[in-house]
Amino acid sequence: MSLEPQIAVTPVHSPSSGRKWGRGVSAVFGFAATVFLTFLGLLAITFFIGRVIPIDPVLAVVGDRASNEVYEAARVAMGLDQPLPVQFFHYVVNVFSGDLGQSVSTGRAVVDDLSRFFPATLEMATIGIIIGVALGVPLGVIAASRQGSVIDQIIRVVGLLGYSMPAFWLGLVGLALFYARLRWVGGPGRLDIFYDGLVSPVTGLLLVDSLLAGEPEIFWNAVTHLVLPASVLGFFSLAYIARMTRSFMLDQLSQEFVTTARVKGVPERVVIWRHAFNPIRVPLITVIGLSYAGLLEGSVMIETVFSWPGIGNYLTTALLNADMNAVLGSTLVIGAVFIFINKVSDVLYRVLDPRAR
Amino acid sequence: MSTRDWLLEDSPTSRWQANAGRAYRVFTAMLRNPLSVVGGVIILVLILTAILAPWIAPYSATGQDLANRLAPPSEAHWMGTDELGRDIFSRVIWGSQITLTIVGLVALISAPLGLLVGAIAGYFGGWTDRVLMGFTDIFLSMPKLILALAFVAALGPGINNAIIAIAITSWPAYARIARAETLTIRNAEFIQAVQLQGASPLRVIVQHVLPLCTSSMIIRVTLDMAGVILTAAGLGFIGLGAQPPLPEWGAMISRGRTFILDQWWVATMPGFAIIIVSLGFCFLGDGLRDVLDPKSEGK
Amino acid sequence: MAPMLEVKNLRVSFPTHRGRVEVVKGISFDLGRERLGIVGESGSGKSMTGRAILKLIRKPGLVTADRLAFEGIDILDQSEKQMRAIRGARISMVMQDPKFSLNPVMTVGEQIAEALVTHEKLPRHAVNERILSMLEAVRINDPKRVAGLYPHEVSGGMGQRVMIAMMLIPEPELLIADEPTSALDVSVQAQVLDIIDDLVTTKGMGLILISHDLNLVSRYCDRILVMNSGAVVEECAAGQLDQARHPYTRGLLAAMPTIDESRDELPVLDRTQWAGT
Repeated sequence: MSLEPQIAVTPVHSPSSGRKWGRGVSAVFGFAATVFLTFLGLLAITFFIGRVIPIDPVLAVVGDRASNEVYEAARVAMGLDQPLPVQFFHYVVNVFSGDLGQSVSTGRAVVDDLSRFFPATLEMATIGIIIGVALGVPLGVIAASRQGSVIDQIIRVVGLLGYSMPAFWLGLVGLALFYARLRWVGGPGRLDIFYDGLVSPVTGLLLVDSLLAGEPEIFWNAVTHLVLPASVLGFFSLAYIARMTRSFMLDQLSQEFVTTARVKGVPERVVIWRHAFNPIRVPLITVIGLSYAGLLEGSVMIETVFSWPGIGNYLTTALLNADMNAVLGSTLVIGAVFIFINKVSDVLYRVLDPRAR
Repeated sequence: MSTRDWLLEDSPTSRWQANAGRAYRVFTAMLRNPLSVVGGVIILVLILTAILAPWIAPYSATGQDLANRLAPPSEAHWMGTDELGRDIFSRVIWGSQITLTIVGLVALISAPLGLLVGAIAGYFGGWTDRVLMGFTDIFLSMPKLILALAFVAALGPGINNAIIAIAITSWPAYARIARAETLTIRNAEFIQAVQLQGASPLRVIVQHVLPLCTSSMIIRVTLDMAGVILTAAGLGFIGLGAQPPLPEWGAMISRGRTFILDQWWVATMPGFAIIIVSLGFCFLGDGLRDVLDPKSEGK
Repeated sequence: MAPMLEVKNLRVSFPTHRGRVEVVKGISFDLGRERLGIVGESGSGKSMTGRAILKLIRKPGLVTADRLAFEGIDILDQSEKQMRAIRGARISMVMQDPKFSLNPVMTVGEQIAEALVTHEKLPRHAVNERILSMLEAVRINDPKRVAGLYPHEVSGGMGQRVMIAMMLIPEPELLIADEPTSALDVSVQAQVLDIIDDLVTTKGMGLILISHDLNLVSRYCDRILVMNSGAVVEECAAGQLDQARHPYTRGLLAAMPTIDESRDELPVLDRTQWAGT
């Protein structure tokens, strides 16, 4: 699946200076401005998709069995009798006041639906990124420090597979192997049916809620269900993070200051971790952030495969039911989180780089 | 003079000879890299399979044989049969036509579009640049797959709309590359020479700027094709891409989902096809990058 | 007594598409506690010679020699671990451009401290004292402040003095200076070389000064090797350069302008006069 964030990151080489505070303030201001503009752009796109492309947006909302009165009422209620810029303005105002419309298929407000489904996605993606970082960074470092070795080749292949393997396919194969054949993990869903609904949601994160409720048995059940989808997601972020770490490390290892460290007689372990790895921590944060955002996107496919009651599953169900409000609402939320993580890691990168201090 | 000498001539006498010589050098350099050869062979096989599908496929892609449904892989059916008794191997073969069509059309729509937007932004600069690139950046910072899903939802399911949606979400990356390349050549002296001769901006862009962007564009497009195949398969898997009974690989995996626990081959086999073809594009793209753009080589 | 450094038939090669290419083609020299200059244009193999002595040439590069010994220790025989005890502590190297050869995300003080504590276990305050006195020795006026700076916050000349401090703090016996001033402004080049010269002479160390600048080398060294495409073409005492016989050296000398220049045009090196273009 394309969990590949589209923005390439390269370590900053040019040293820059400037006053700390002036930089901080202008960075925060510029950050807010770009996030706002990009978010407005996202709104324009969802507006365009929802109101302009469909030949008859009213029909898309009320369905083709609606009577004429219902149709007319919906048309006026949606403000479709007004010019497009006015419609867009109302749309923006509604979104910012938290109104994403009603879902046709669940009959609830889209905002309520999303807040119910989002924690499941968050839980899966978070465990996924933890797996990806915990394995991807060390593997990338090892690959770079033993360039051309067997382990380097294996990591290259893993990286390429991360590029060319459909996530939903890997999920299915994983289910067939680890659930159906080996019985190592739990099946689709977040819990066995037996446990379903026994824990009242506090945070919406089952791992946390079951512990809060003092139910270790349910906690373990949730873990067995979570481990496979999170590992599949983790594999893709591992592939990406390992590849980026490797190329950053190779870049650093070819720098003169690494030779300087060797001239000083510093042990190779210290050369690699202190001299080569330390400077890439900041760009790696950006890579990890992008990868995390990519996992939220990738979870759409994975959730479909694992019947995971998250926002991705909600989105695909809505897609198949032509439930446009739900589709656009989910697109908006995933897009907003994606943009936010994207921009935050971008800013972190600029603020944390010691060369800019 | 042998053909080889003619191709490797240091001072070619015609533009045709120069181009042929360059192509030959790229080709021989590619041959030295085993992975790019593997990639090239995979893509070649894909193209041949798509063209020769009627002769290669042992069975029809849609012919049902309910007596023989969900048969495991055997000598008669190398990849087994699906829930309607259709031969999966034949369907995978026919499916290569769909994959090739998607890949080709997406490249044909998005690459020229991105190229044009980027070249115009880079060539004119100023406000044109700011507006076009602002627009591009907004698209770039969106999740591609989700955006494609939303577009298909609005346009309606189907393979044509899937192609349009993927193309809409993939041009911005090309615009960025084209702009960067244009910026580096915009102030070159040969461009100024052409401008002094009175060439219109359109002529400068089309005749002199765009050709110089093509090599980095070809690299990027080739590398992106794996992503395009995966997105298309994903749309098919969700049910928004190619519709049954078309033998699209993602849609085939989706049909096999129901049987994954007992008849694993129905969903698994088309997945191998996707992986192999995507890997092929990755290998080829990597090889092309090493040859055409040694600067960015992944050391 | 055997010389401090013996080099016999040293060869360095790298694989390319067209087979192995030798960049150092069998050079030999001995070095005592003296100042040796190696001169040559870029690509002549002089830097590779310096790196080969420290065994810093990494795969796929290949180093061979009939003998490469430092104080009787066969360098090529040493394990990576044994080499680490020699590098920095006994043989050190000042590199070309402090902009690239200092770690951008460690302070100057941390980097100097690392060079010291890698070889000597000392209490923290002793380390600090040594760093400050070393920085003073390379004529840095405000050592406390400079120790807390990041490399991008110091000038090129200052950076190179930091580099020298870092390389000399473990008190090595041999210093290799690989183009130590070519990245610096002309105005600070002499200062930096004076500092090196001063420290090397007072501590009685050996020095290999690698440079493309014949003039500079003849000023600071006792003996000179002239290298051209991987081989030594001339070896002489610094004072006897005017008696050099090899056409390459003669060409270099002829191309050097003098203060009271009378020639309208400086001659260009004529490369057809010696073998190996």
